[in-house]
Amino acid sequence: MISTPSEKIETAVVAEQDNTDDIYENAPCGHISTLPDGTIIRINATLLSWLGYTSDQVVGRRRFTDLLTVGGRIHHETHFAPLLKMQGAVGGMALDMRRADRGRLAVLASSTVVHGHPDLPALIRTVVFEATDRRTYERELLQMRQEAEHDRDRLQRLATVLQRSLLPPRLPDVPGIETAAYYHPASLDEVGGDFYDLFPLDDGTGGFFLGDVCGKGADAAALTSLARYTLRSAAAYNPDPVTVLHTLNSVLIRESQLDGPTFCSVIHGLLTTGPNSCTLTLAGGGHPPALLLRAGGTAGFLPLEGGQLAGAVADAHFSDTTVELHPGDTLMLYTDGLIEARIDSQRTRYDEDQLLAFAAALAPASASKVIEATTELLDGFGDGLDDDTALLALGRARPCHQRHP
Amino acid sequence: MDVRSKYHVVTVGPDDGRTVMLAHGFGCDQHMWRLVEPLLSKDFRLVMFDFIGAGGSDPSAWDAERYSSLDGYAQDVAEICRALELRDVVFVGHSVSAMTGVLAARLEPARISALVLVTPSPRYIDDGDYRGGFSRDDIDELLQSLDSNYLGWSSSMAPLIMGNPDRPELGLELTNSFCRMDPRIAQVFARTTFLSDNRDDLSAVAVPTLILQSTHDVIAPPEVGAYVQRQIPGSQLVTLDATGHCPQLSAPDATAAAIRSFLGAPP
Repeated sequence: MISTPSEKIETAVVAEQDNTDDIYENAPCGHISTLPDGTIIRINATLLSWLGYTSDQVVGRRRFTDLLTVGGRIHHETHFAPLLKMQGAVGGMALDMRRADRGRLAVLASSTVVHGHPDLPALIRTVVFEATDRRTYERELLQMRQEAEHDRDRLQRLATVLQRSLLPPRLPDVPGIETAAYYHPASLDEVGGDFYDLFPLDDGTGGFFLGDVCGKGADAAALTSLARYTLRSAAAYNPDPVTVLHTLNSVLIRESQLDGPTFCSVIHGLLTTGPNSCTLTLAGGGHPPALLLRAGGTAGFLPLEGGQLAGAVADAHFSDTTVELHPGDTLMLYTDGLIEARIDSQRTRYDEDQLLAFAAALAPASASKVIEATTELLDGFGDGLDDDTALLALGRARPCHQRHP
Repeated sequence: MDVRSKYHVVTVGPDDGRTVMLAHGFGCDQHMWRLVEPLLSKDFRLVMFDFIGAGGSDPSAWDAERYSSLDGYAQDVAEICRALELRDVVFVGHSVSAMTGVLAARLEPARISALVLVTPSPRYIDDGDYRGGFSRDDIDELLQSLDSNYLGWSSSMAPLIMGNPDRPELGLELTNSFCRMDPRIAQVFARTTFLSDNRDDLSAVAVPTLILQSTHDVIAPPEVGAYVQRQIPGSQLVTLDATGHCPQLSAPDATAAAIRSFLGAPP
């Protein structure tokens, strides 16, 4: 008669020690022992019942690989067996076993090589855990990952196409003027909010702009599109840059009443070429100042006093400035990605002083040379460049073309 | 990156010994040779390496298109031979790399002068009278099952294993690391391995060739070894007293002895 709790434990311990056969045969996992060549020499009742075999059908008659599917067999021979040989043990390998009724049993198998009897070769002991549910779950995860990758590819393609549609495919030829541009997208997944364009107007004049709308993604793309066609159509109606920016401001203010804040920083310019001249008039709205690289080898910012962000306030103030582009001079417009790039691990930013020194070292340089060198500068920032960046350069060819009508 | 780092080339043995290049097959890396290495390195200069995607090779050199055909792997072998200025090379290829060796010998006839094909198969899928041992359905099932046979692969481990080609001991500390491969790479390599048909390339082999097979091999059964021997003019076939697809691991003594005998080295 068992009376105390400690007696119960002691009795249970003794009983379980005597249960070795039952623990082996009816374990909640499969046990299988083989010779080094895979010949099965012992298999427990659990695995036999999972597979639908009797002991007589497999012991001494079959090899471990005979119990695997073809895929499992190849995997065993190319991965499992070499690892077991090299390491003496292999843990947690996914294998598929083939049941007597041809059905499939997904398992996780672990094996060890044991040296038992001195007159006999080493044995391989393997435990097998049923893993059907786990395998199903893994397949679902894998499928979801594949779908996610597919969706991401599609999103990137969409963003790339949309981005391209917001930039001019190529800049138009302007007699006597060399132009170049570059766009660095911060992310392949999202459409950036930087934009630029250059387009001919009447009588040897042309308009150009470069700007940066607030936000990113689909909303920014819609706003970019609105800013672009507003600037182009306003310039066609009245090319004066300050007037163009006032029109943009009105449109964006109206838009913001419907959709929340819609503002952008922008420089809009008018290019007037004559037989021996090339004049630029620029108006700025809250945008970093344009850089002018002179033929004589100097560089400077073109100050634009008091310009406010377009779309921020109804009575915004914009002013303009005019500059003569001499042969060999180049003007570059850029967005703030360039002057906000991190240049070290302390989060120090590339700033306007450094940009000015860079431009001074570069001058004189043609538009394509300026864009090429600045692109290299951007590439050098690596991961430190975390914003979209647009660059647009206009240079007066040297010597000045006389082809103007 | 130089060729030695790109393919994690390891050279052992006397500089004046004949060069024996050991190429692993689908599944693991150059560790497959570690039991025969001490049996050959006394007389031969052994050149071992990892194919791109395996072991300590440079993962950035992986190119799914290039490695969708065994020609890509054969060109890699040729690249190693040229870069290391190897001459009079005995190319020992295991499993799929046996056929890579057949192709490489044709690319570099001036450098590769003998072939040892360990458990080769020019075609795994049955075709008419030809018995490769597998049906197309079998191979499709294998390719599907590869995704679940990921061997504990996770991308967070990848840099440790694959990013230190100069410090292979880092990889060695990880269990199962010899046979670990990015599942995406393994999928392409398996496809190339098990869907290739190189039967027509065998008759063009113009160098002395030894074929080694096991008595029991579920991947390359004896009749496939016999087929390869019939197709390669003047080749020798030796059936090793070994079980499984990797006799260099299950019977390293017999494997090394057969190679030594073929190359005229003392037993």
